[in-house]
Amino acid sequence: MNVKICYEPFDAWEEIRQYQKAFVDVVGKYGATSLFIGTMRDFNEGETIQSMSLVHYPGMTEKQLHKILVEAGQKWKILDALIVHRVGEIRPDDSIVLVAVWSAHRGDAFDACRYIMEALKSTAPFWKKEVLESGQQRWVEKNTDGYRKI
Amino acid sequence: MPPKAADYCVVARMLVSIKVRYFASLSEKAGKSESDMAVSRTLKVSEVWRLDTGGIAMPDNLLAAVNMEYADLEAQVYDGDEVAFFPPVTGG
Repeated sequence: MNVKICYEPFDAWEEIRQYQKAFVDVVGKYGATSLFIGTMRDFNEGETIQSMSLVHYPGMTEKQLHKILVEAGQKWKILDALIVHRVGEIRPDDSIVLVAVWSAHRGDAFDACRYIMEALKSTAPFWKKEVLESGQQRWVEKNTDGYRKI
Repeated sequence: MPPKAADYCVVARMLVSIKVRYFASLSEKAGKSESDMAVSRTLKVSEVWRLDTGGIAMPDNLLAAVNMEYADLEAQVYDGDEVAFFPPVTGG
């Protein structure tokens, strides 16, 4: 299980391809791969967003992400998992986060992927500062609950 | 005549060093991203906030970590610890 913080734009599909290339033990064992990719929108809370700055707490962020992966491994039968998260200056259409989970069966892969993503959104120390079309900047104050129906 | 043991008694005042870090909007609020405190006793996390910010009102949604683990505001902070203060997280 792995965690990666990217300071430059990343290609989520390439990350998965490269990660799977290094698979040895799980080849032939996994029948399900579940993915979540979070991408930057150009709008938020009624405003057009030009760009965004994403900051983190080096050390604690990685520690917290590893903790989430361990928790997921205790709740579901997963063979491997990967989290990639961007920091720095981000533009609309850039990938922000990738969560990938490999397991023998789809139930574990789907549920663990969802759990990891929601736990990341509510506990991993990252913060976003948006630059609006007007040039004005604002901190995003909180994440929405992904389980809440809109 | 040899001195008595009591004559050698030295009061050693132990200093407790604490590193304090602020993230996101709280670094703007505190006007700094980090500082080093040296105090004469261990403190609670809430006391670290009060002393290091000079009494800035504590936000209701304040989150804290001690040595990179989430911590309660009543948790005790010891010599060499790193305390971090931050608002709700917004990654992903």
